[in-house]
Amino acid sequence: MGVIWDYLGNSSHWSGPEGVPARVLEHLEYTFLALAFVCLIALPLGLFVGHTGRGSVAIAGTANALRALPDFGLLVYVVLLISGRLPADLAYLLPAILVLVILGIPAVLSATYAGIQAVDPAARDAAKGMGMTGSQVLWRVEVPNALPLILSGVRSSMLQIVATATIAAYVSLGGLGRFIIDGQSQRDYSQMAAGAVLVGLLAIVLDLIVAGVQRLVVSPGVTGRFRTAGPRRRPVLISSSQEGSVVPTT
Amino acid sequence: MPRLSDSEAVIPVIKFDSVVKRYPDGTTAVDGLDLVAPSGQITVLVGPSGCGKTTSLRMVNRMVEPTSGTVWLDDRDTASVPAAQLRRGIGYVIQQAGLFPHRTIAENIATVPQLLGWDKRKARQRATELMERVGLPTELAGRYPAQLSGGQQQRVGVARALAADPPVMLMDEPFSAVDPVVRAELQNEFLRLQSELDKTILFVTHDIDEAVKLGDEVGVMRIGGRLAQLATPAELLAAPVDDFVAGFVGRDRGYRSLGFRAAGDLPLVTEPTVPLGADQAEAAREARDGWVLAVDGDGRPQGWVDVRQLRPGATVEPELLHRGGTVAKENDSLRAALDAALSAPSGRGVIADGEGRLLGTITAREVVERIEAQRNADEAREPEPAAGGRE
Amino acid sequence: MIAYLQDHFQQTVERFYTHAWLAVLPLVIGLVLAIPLGWLASRYRRVYPGVINLAGLLYTLPSVALFVIMPSIIHTKILSPINVVVALTIYTVALLVRVIADALISVPADVRSAAVAMGFTGLGRFLRVDLPIAVPVIVAGLRVAAASNVGLVSVGALIGVNQLGSLFTEGFTLDVGSIVLLGILLCVLLALILDTTIVLTGRRLTTWQRAVS
Repeated sequence: MGVIWDYLGNSSHWSGPEGVPARVLEHLEYTFLALAFVCLIALPLGLFVGHTGRGSVAIAGTANALRALPDFGLLVYVVLLISGRLPADLAYLLPAILVLVILGIPAVLSATYAGIQAVDPAARDAAKGMGMTGSQVLWRVEVPNALPLILSGVRSSMLQIVATATIAAYVSLGGLGRFIIDGQSQRDYSQMAAGAVLVGLLAIVLDLIVAGVQRLVVSPGVTGRFRTAGPRRRPVLISSSQEGSVVPTT
Repeated sequence: MPRLSDSEAVIPVIKFDSVVKRYPDGTTAVDGLDLVAPSGQITVLVGPSGCGKTTSLRMVNRMVEPTSGTVWLDDRDTASVPAAQLRRGIGYVIQQAGLFPHRTIAENIATVPQLLGWDKRKARQRATELMERVGLPTELAGRYPAQLSGGQQQRVGVARALAADPPVMLMDEPFSAVDPVVRAELQNEFLRLQSELDKTILFVTHDIDEAVKLGDEVGVMRIGGRLAQLATPAELLAAPVDDFVAGFVGRDRGYRSLGFRAAGDLPLVTEPTVPLGADQAEAAREARDGWVLAVDGDGRPQGWVDVRQLRPGATVEPELLHRGGTVAKENDSLRAALDAALSAPSGRGVIADGEGRLLGTITAREVVERIEAQRNADEAREPEPAAGGRE
Repeated sequence: MIAYLQDHFQQTVERFYTHAWLAVLPLVIGLVLAIPLGWLASRYRRVYPGVINLAGLLYTLPSVALFVIMPSIIHTKILSPINVVVALTIYTVALLVRVIADALISVPADVRSAAVAMGFTGLGRFLRVDLPIAVPVIVAGLRVAAASNVGLVSVGALIGVNQLGSLFTEGFTLDVGSIVLLGILLCVLLALILDTTIVLTGRRLTTWQRAVS
């Protein structure tokens, strides 16, 4: 285990464009860029399909199908396909981000759709019957109640992106995966291990942050976490990034 | 509490005018419904599953759009008003309450006022007011629906529908999802509320007893969406228009219709009593036919005592009381009086005043004599029996 | 692509076989380990948060990180396939524990009391009543685990494990897209085979149990 500290203990590895902080920053940039696009595409689509009920079969089918694709293979393939036609500085970044986005969409899409669908139909009926317009029902009733599932979808997607971005170092991207890839080619196990540990820590920290946001943003009436006396619906959990990652399919 | 409805505002009449609802696959849910729900009254639609009662209700606030025909609120065609706007003026209560899990009770109740743009403080005040009105402890205002019992959730649903003081309310089996004890409480509270509020209410239920208990008028619908009979509960019980209605209204019609006849001044007999804690000797002295009535310090009947079961030296204790008999109040119906007489182990029905204090007893024979006397009086007034439903 | 396949048929078949083995072994071991753990978590409520949180934590870690760290924990060589198997087993257990625990918890209470009333005890009841009812949910979880394992095994190429993922690295180094495409298609094929097998087995298990009871 001590071998990890060999690399991290060396202060020269902590400065410069190839140092730890720079790589962490790169990794975060890729993650947030991809996640932003994922949300931009998958959230509205999921809300639409969930609220109107149209296209649900297509969505479920696509999400399932995409799950069967190997991330690594897709990454390599798209890079080979596109990078030749791009200017040098974007040659690897663009295809990689593209693949990160494609792979990240299913989690958010199916979680958003499932979350909206799972809202109590009686609450929806009452909302409409009381005089809320369609979009009021969506934003004031459906979304707040779907939030736990939607956020867990975002969480799943984010973790998947972090993991795939690590592998993307193979196709010349920066980020923490660099330590692993370079360490492999330089036969420097301690560098590889350092990269692995850093990426693991990053994933955990990001996950905890989203969990914190979840706790802040979701109404206690929905999570079952009441401050006053009253029945608790289920045990209190810290991290449940798995919620939404297994969407039961028939 | 002051009346909520503004006496200057018109309380609308709901009118169904040849309303039809037919689905694309050919099923007809409502087949030419003509019905008037009068202003300020509770009109109950009742019938078996598939009779179109809920569909009809939902056509008033356009949750379902009629295939043909018109639904009127007074002189306004409901189709001429934008749906969302129409609904904000109609209270809507459904079976599962449909409370918003992500909002507190107070926020739930304040939903329609919020939609209408009320000032936040005013909406909050209104929510508290309504909680008291429907019998909810105000400490629950900050709780979430998941923390409340089924009965409490239903009350919140009613309060929420009342929040913007709509003159019209639509209620779809609002009390069906709770247990019978809670249901009876909710029904009684609902009647009390309506006596304070005078709204035009269209109420749907599959339970004929609930319909008869709550309705000023009851519309029985048959499968296929046709109205079989529209009448007051007493008329419905006394003269069902055909076999279907008769079957639906059920058995014991004669007995149940007694619930609508006031007992009036019954010839009561003074009943000797013993207080709780009296000894066996006193009980034996006061007993008639082996039974004596025990009362508390205020003269309220507690139960009958079988003196033959009392050992010498024993005293009259609550555990020894026979609790079989019901107690009828002095202005109650003939049904309550008859039930008191029939259920009393001594054969003497206990009648009490408004505060529960003993007034006297009456036997079943005497109650039946009164029933027959009333019937003779009715027949003398109306030689022909009333025909079926009237519009 | 066809040319490549013809020239390297034997090698490709071997890689396919290895890949299948590396994906399935963790599924089986993972399931076997997850069942008692999931049962524990469902039965003893105090243990539930701890187990589920730990599982969640392990699932959060990117698999490639686990592949790389394994050698220093279990003292294998870096390019040993055992790293992949152990790491993916941990991953599968982490995923399935929660699925199984929740599935067992959600067995309706009245079904359970009926079983007890009929004389089912302990292990017998678990195997013949609780588990069969939980099968559909477990099947759903297994399908996710299977698809994800097939994809993750290919990452093993980065640490030198020879399987279908090697087609990706080869294709990249040679700059021949069709080799990579072949790899992708074979992975998808494998994923489909596993998925169908799991679904069919699940169906046979539930109908068999239903027919018996």
